[in-house]
This record gives sequence, structure tokens and C-alpha cells, in this order.
Amino acid sequence: MDEITGGEALIRSLELEGVEVIFGLPGGAILPVYDPLLDSPIRHILVRHEQGAGHMAEGYAHVTGRPGVAMVTSGPGATNIVTPLCDAFMDSIPMVVITGQVPTKAIGSDAFQECDTTGITLSVTKHNFLVTSAEEIPWTIRAAFHIARTGRPGPVLVDVPKDVVDPKNPNSRMRWYWPDEVDLPGYKPTVQGHPRKIQEAAELISRSVRPVIYAGGGILKARASEALLELAELTGIPVVTTLMARGAFPDDHELALGMPGMHGNYTAVTAMQKCDLLIALGSRFDDRVTGNPATFARDAKVIHVDIDPAELGKVRTPDVPIVGDCRVVIEQLVEAIRKMGGRDCQPDRSEWMATIRDWQRRYPLRYEPSLPGEDLKPQFVIEQIRDHTPDDTIVSVGVGQHQMWASQYWRFRHPHTFVCSGGLGTMGFAIPAAIGAKVGRPDRMVWAIDGDGCFQMTAQELVTATCERIPIKVAVLNNAYLGMVRQWQELFYEERYSEVYLSPDIPDYVKWAEAMGCEAMRVETPEEVGPAIEKANEIDDRPVVVEFRVDTREKVYPMVPAGASNDDIILGPAISKGSEDHD
Amino acid sequence: MNAAQHHTLSVLVENKAGVLARVAGLFARRGFNIYSLAVAPTEDERFSRITVVVDVESAPLEQVRKQLFKLINVIEIQELAPGDSIERELLMATVRAEGAQRSQVIELTAVFGGKVLDVGHDELLVSLEDVPERVDDFEDLLRPFGIVNLQRTGRIALPKLRKVPPVRSARAASS
Repeated sequence: MDEITGGEALIRSLELEGVEVIFGLPGGAILPVYDPLLDSPIRHILVRHEQGAGHMAEGYAHVTGRPGVAMVTSGPGATNIVTPLCDAFMDSIPMVVITGQVPTKAIGSDAFQECDTTGITLSVTKHNFLVTSAEEIPWTIRAAFHIARTGRPGPVLVDVPKDVVDPKNPNSRMRWYWPDEVDLPGYKPTVQGHPRKIQEAAELISRSVRPVIYAGGGILKARASEALLELAELTGIPVVTTLMARGAFPDDHELALGMPGMHGNYTAVTAMQKCDLLIALGSRFDDRVTGNPATFARDAKVIHVDIDPAELGKVRTPDVPIVGDCRVVIEQLVEAIRKMGGRDCQPDRSEWMATIRDWQRRYPLRYEPSLPGEDLKPQFVIEQIRDHTPDDTIVSVGVGQHQMWASQYWRFRHPHTFVCSGGLGTMGFAIPAAIGAKVGRPDRMVWAIDGDGCFQMTAQELVTATCERIPIKVAVLNNAYLGMVRQWQELFYEERYSEVYLSPDIPDYVKWAEAMGCEAMRVETPEEVGPAIEKANEIDDRPVVVEFRVDTREKVYPMVPAGASNDDIILGPAISKGSEDHD
Repeated sequence: MNAAQHHTLSVLVENKAGVLARVAGLFARRGFNIYSLAVAPTEDERFSRITVVVDVESAPLEQVRKQLFKLINVIEIQELAPGDSIERELLMATVRAEGAQRSQVIELTAVFGGKVLDVGHDELLVSLEDVPERVDDFEDLLRPFGIVNLQRTGRIALPKLRKVPPVRSARAASS
């Protein structure tokens, strides 16, 4: 057996885990690991801020399903990646983060760039490790990847003290080995659903006349989109896709109801409220979906499928709880329903579907197009990007109004095409996540749809994109405001606009983007929108930023105010007007 | 402590650094007060057992229990109902014991079945190992003498043992 250093062992372990790319930024404590990286086939992408590395790893994981990997140094390097860790934890994104740590003997001494990284990240990781000897490295990396990608996926952090990887230190000498498997006595995720529960669920489905499938992000994590389609088509049950599940079910399918929740469309929200059976698949009854949980889907029985037992009964007590992998359980359900007679055992639901069609006809998503000379409508810009790009374009978003409009007005036809920070709602997510997505799927066109507030948080990662030749497209919807906060102030704080104005011209987004090596354009009129997108699509050797000057006053509708009942959905002027047109 | 809200969890964990912080953190995050916590390695050096007593209603506790089980280092969680388990706690106390009080403290300790561990010029160091309620009583009765130092371990508990042999099938019994 060969004797190598801990640093070499770490890189070799990552190679054996199939890692093809690391997003990171070196520093003193992690330097001994960066050195052997030079001799490795693993690609390294040098970010400008560690938060960028974390979100890139997330974007990569979103589109590939493989754990994204980020590597940063101790202290501030580690604290800067706490936000992406928390983001990945909330959205169940598989990720492995390697952080440098001060030498073992200095731990706890307030050494330069020391912080208690495992302590800080304890509550925002699925698990974390502090490596204490070089021998632990291969086992720990193996375990980290196993934990990150199995069960309910999530971020895992490995903190590596400098001395155990430093070739100059005897602590780093070790005999190389690679564990066949990892022994984690307390970690045994349940994959198969319990057969009796599956049967109960199948029977409940076959008795329900107003069912809705409530598909969550777990569908995408479990690669269960095809299974979901099969279940929906076999039973003829309509499907809502949450923000984290957009793309899990094709929006152009006749059973697709779109997004539910605070900014969901009327039909998706109301179908859930009025249903007699809610089939929750990999969804966690988030408050942004349920509104006031006491009034949410009052008449519905609930089947809840989740790989994480702690989700079952956390918000709503299910009538049939099923612990298991979403894909496996849905396949089991499909089989059970087929045995009962398949489509023939389903009751007549034509009245329910007619009600749904009526809602869809009366309350479609709608906005007022801008009059000549007025500012662009952000919804129009998103529709234009959607219509001018290939079907399988990946779109990443930041957080705020633009995020909701993108989810509402994009038409998702493929899984893993929407990269979004759902649970944590992290502003500045779009650009680094788009970079990670493009690295993971270089064959796909990747657009980041960002707001001006978000853009200012992480725009510097466009320098990374330029230098690494990662040709993403960025649409900045510039409304000169922290738009979603402004919307809340307008609706709930009597238009007292406290600290939300950002200025439309400072910074000059075009000059800024150009300074970072991007192609840049500014668009102010509806006629310019399509051609600008076409031009952006053609540029494939560097990132492109298109600044769209959009209407400040535009709001996201429908809206269920925070904590209100979903019954009290506010349609907004354009949709209300549209529904009157139909009546 | 309200008996209806009293829950004793016995948590078997991997004997690794930081595990106690992970477990305690889950209670702290929800604002639950840990009433008592005891932890030590088990007969198998790879594992430790944490006995934790919390004062909380069952529904939120069920969620914490599920969250605890999500911790990679947690192997097994058992809720120990007071009637179905044996509970013990150890108390050590330094008590003022001058003159006539000295014999009173010794007598009280003997009545409870405790021990006098050390004798000073005007103080006694006593201990009692018993069910938590008896330990409470002992502490209450020591207080008038003047408790100078007090340390309790927090309760530990294990399930009661089976009193009758398990029913075996005739075939298994004959073979």
C-alpha cells in the first residue's frame, strides 16, 4: 500500500467519488489540499466570493442530481459559505463542502482565521465532520457523499485541519485505502413504502371524487417525474407543482394546474382548498403553500409520502403516512392501482374536472400589457425570454418578484430546468446558481432571471463566468426597487416605502457588466425585447447581461397575504378584470 | 414538574465528539427546557446513552423525537414511561452540620439509605442514590440545615425487565 499525504488522499477520494468539478477559493488553511489539485483531472472553478462557490455547487446539483462540491478556507471562508449551506439544507440539495481548519493543536486557541466551523454549521447541515487525523479522510469523504445523496438529500460539511493535509507535517502521513462501504449504524433511510399503507392509499385514491396531487421538490430529488406522470395519467388526477417542483410535471399537460401557494394561480390554490383528497408527494406543507394551516384544505383527507419521517405530521396529520423514496412509492402506488383495475377503478370525476376547467377559464394568470411609452412589464419580458429560447432551457432565479413571475409565466416542460432558492429565499442566488447549472449541463442554454436588488449581491461572480468561459445569460429586471418588499409596504404598510429604493441608474448595469467581461445591453421598449434576447442567445463565448427597465409599480398577483387563509386569495386588478370579461 | 408533560427519552448515540451538542441543540432550537440530562458511555465503547427529561407536551415532543432520529449519530430512541422503567438519580451535597445538627444530618441520611462520604469540622458531605422523587425529598429535608454545595446527576433510566418467561410454541419448547 502506498503512503501518501492527507491532502493527496482528500483529492483522490473526491476523484473516486466521481467529482468532476470543485467550486472554491483557496486560503492558508486549505492550501495543502489545493496543491495536489493541480495534478488532478478535477476541474476547479475559482470564485470571487465563497457564497458564490456554495450557490454554484447548488446550481450544479439542481440540474445534475449529483452532489455539488465546494472547497474554501477556514474562518471567513467557512462563514461565507454558511448561507449556501443553509439554503441547500432548506431545499434538500446534495452538496459536499470542504473547509480548511487551523492545525489540530491550534483548534480552540483563537488562532488566525479560526472559527468553530462545525459548531456554526451544526444546524444548517445534514451532517458535518471534523477530521482529526489523516487516516480518517477517505472514510469521511465516502461517508459525506453517501449522506449527502441518499435519504433526504442535503449538505454535508467536512472540516479539515491544516496539519493532517500538510505534506511538511508528519500528521499528514497515511496509508492509502478506500472503504468499500461506510458503516453508519444510525443512518438507514427507508426507501420502500410499507405495503399496507400503499394499499390504503390506493383505496383512498380510488374513492376520492375531488383529488389533487400536491407535488413538491421531493419529486425532483427522487427523479420521480416519469413516475408522477404515470400516476397522474393512470388516475386522471390533476397536479399542482410547488415552487420547488416546477418542471416536475409538464405545464402544458391537461392535468397540470401550475403553482399553488402565496403567489400561486387561483386554480391551483383553490383546487387544494376544495379537494377531498390531497396526495402530497415529496412536499412538506410549507407555510408559503398552506397559508393559515388551520384553514388549509379543510375537507381533504391526506396521503403524505416523504422519505423523511419527520415531515409526516409536522404540519398536518396525514390519514395515510408513507415513509419512502418518492419514485419507489409512486411506482408501488401505480402497481397497486393497476391491480385494483387501473383507470376502471377510478370514480367519475368529470364534475371536479369541469369545476377546475371553469376556474382556469375565469381566473387565468394575467397582467395588463404596457401602453406605448410606458415602462416594460416584467411578465412580458419573462414571456419573451421563454418564447425565444429552446424548450429545455434552464432558468435560475434570485428571490423576490422576478422569481415569482418567472415561476408563473415560464412554461416548464422538463424536470430540472428551474433552479430556485425556495426555503431560505436567498437573494443573489440566481447568478452563481446559473454558473453552476451551466457547468453541470454545458449542452443546455442557461438564463438567470434576476432582480436589480439580487444582482447587486452576487454580480461579481460574472467575473468568474467570464474567466472560466461559462456563457450564461442574465436578464436583470431593473425596477429600481427591492420590489417584493416594496409590494408588501404598498399593500400592508400604507405605502410607506422604508429603505427600498435602489436607483435605476446607479450602478450602470451595462458598464458594470462590460467591466466584468460580459456582453451587455440595455432594453427599454417592447420592440427591443425579442431582438435583444435573440442576440444574447447567439453569444456563446462569454456571459451576457441584458438590463430590462421594467415597471416599478407592477405587483405579483394572485397573492395570499402571509398568515391569511388560502380562501382569501387576492386576485389583483388584471385577473379580476379578466374574470369579469368572462362572466 | 407537571407529570403530564414529563417525558424521559433514552437516546443511544455514537460515542463521538459533538454528539451531545447536536442532541441538546435540537431541544434548544425549539425553546424546550431540558429538565435533566445524563450521558455516559455504555457497555459497548462505540456508543453512549443519553437520558434526557423534558417538560413538554407530547405533540411537539414527537416532532423533536423524529428530528433527533434524523441525526446521523443517533442510533435508537426510546421513550421510557415512568411505570415501565426504573429511574435513578444520584445527589451529593455538602451540608452545614455544627454541634447537635451533625447527628441530625447523619440520622436523616441513614433514614433515607444515603451515605456520609466525608466529614469536616462543621460540614458533612452526604450522598443519596434513589428514585428522583426520593432524592427531591431528601434535598428538601437537608435544606433547613444549610446546603453549601449541591450536585445532582440528572436521572438515568432503563426499561423494566420481563417478569414472566415468553410464551414459546410447543414445537420450539420441545426441541
